[in-house]
Amino acid sequence: MADTMQFDLVSPERRLASMQVTAVQIPGTEGDMTAMADHAPTITTLRPGLLRVESPEGTSEYVVTGGFAEIGGQGGGVSVLAERAVARADMTQEQMDSMVAEAHAVYARAKDNWENEPGPVDDAAKLLADMVAVGDHIGLSSKQPNL
Amino acid sequence: MPNLKDLKNRIASVKSTRKITKAMQMVAAAKLRRAQEAAEASRPYTERFNAVMAGLAGSVGGSDSAPKLLSGTGEDKVHLLVVMTAERGLCGGFNSNIAKKAKAHARELLAQGKEVKILTVGKKGRDALRRDMGDHLVGHVDLSEVKKIGYGDAQKIAQDVLNRFDAGEFDVATIFYAKFVNVVMQTPTAQQIIPAKFDAEDGEDSSASTLFDYEPSEEAVLADLLPRGVATAIFSALLENGASEQGARMSAMDNATRNAGEMIDKLTIQYNRSRQAVITNELIEIISGAEAL
Repeated sequence: MADTMQFDLVSPERRLASMQVTAVQIPGTEGDMTAMADHAPTITTLRPGLLRVESPEGTSEYVVTGGFAEIGGQGGGVSVLAERAVARADMTQEQMDSMVAEAHAVYARAKDNWENEPGPVDDAAKLLADMVAVGDHIGLSSKQPNL
Repeated sequence: MPNLKDLKNRIASVKSTRKITKAMQMVAAAKLRRAQEAAEASRPYTERFNAVMAGLAGSVGGSDSAPKLLSGTGEDKVHLLVVMTAERGLCGGFNSNIAKKAKAHARELLAQGKEVKILTVGKKGRDALRRDMGDHLVGHVDLSEVKKIGYGDAQKIAQDVLNRFDAGEFDVATIFYAKFVNVVMQTPTAQQIIPAKFDAEDGEDSSASTLFDYEPSEEAVLADLLPRGVATAIFSALLENGASEQGARMSAMDNATRNAGEMIDKLTIQYNRSRQAVITNELIEIISGAEAL
């Protein structure tokens, strides 16, 4: 059996999961990465996406929005600190819609605030696109965003 | 001497007051438990977050390229005080203690010739500060519609604060709230959030000593996390405040209930005495009337 490591998923409001796992697939800002036991210590920021956790008992998935993940910190485990995290099974269309709507609002605000600077606007557009992609991926499609 | 009917009415009214305060105490006790649970639940996140930030701030903070949220604007002229209080009264000295602390801080800053701006969260704080510090109030966040404080609420406040910071409205931000010690004690606390200060609590230096890889880069991670740090600090302050408010209300209402009980006892004795006096009086009148015949 593969080595296991401690995995914690916490959001500001509560601790969602704390268990021994074999691998965690993390939606990092620069791309997905899978962390297994004895991974090099890494801190990465998250994009909205699916967090897949493989443990000896089976696989579970969570939808996470922004935040960050600390791999190989104290004790060598993985801690994911997500702003918002919901188990995939608990995800409803309404929640998805509200998340997408929020991303929309951020995008609109960015467009207003930084009219001539592409940086923040692109970031916001990416956030929105990521959010929509998650929705499509788990079968909760949202109205197509008009970018 | 007050007449019997008045006394009786008085007793009835104090009794109904006692019923109300008793009910409020029980409601506060139930809410306190929930507020404490919420505060408890947010702790792992906050602790982890601060540990990581402390490590990051330690390694990047010294350099010149450190983000402004961490290193400050380099000035110390304009202070923003975020005063968090409850939306309702009847909770003992809770609101006024926070307001008093904020006021003292503001006076001190003004005496040093600094500029003070105040952002209030919660109606009671605004009411308390409006009289003395009315000119300094720059905004108000209304949470009266919010039943259960969520991270989203903290994010909104943080966004407001950050927008003001980006617009160069202030150099230093401090939040005022009541730290929950226990049911009978809540300490008004001031905490500086911008420039951010992260003290590695309970000796968690181990994360600082581990060498992390950062993705995308150390600076980018820090720049991404600092605004979240503001939201996290505000969120945990809001939760502490929620627990403190209920604790303060519970003990205030407990006192009120006890006082009402004492008052009822006193009034009842007075009522019985005057009733006795009336009876004695009547008897004397009858007897002396009979004797006169």
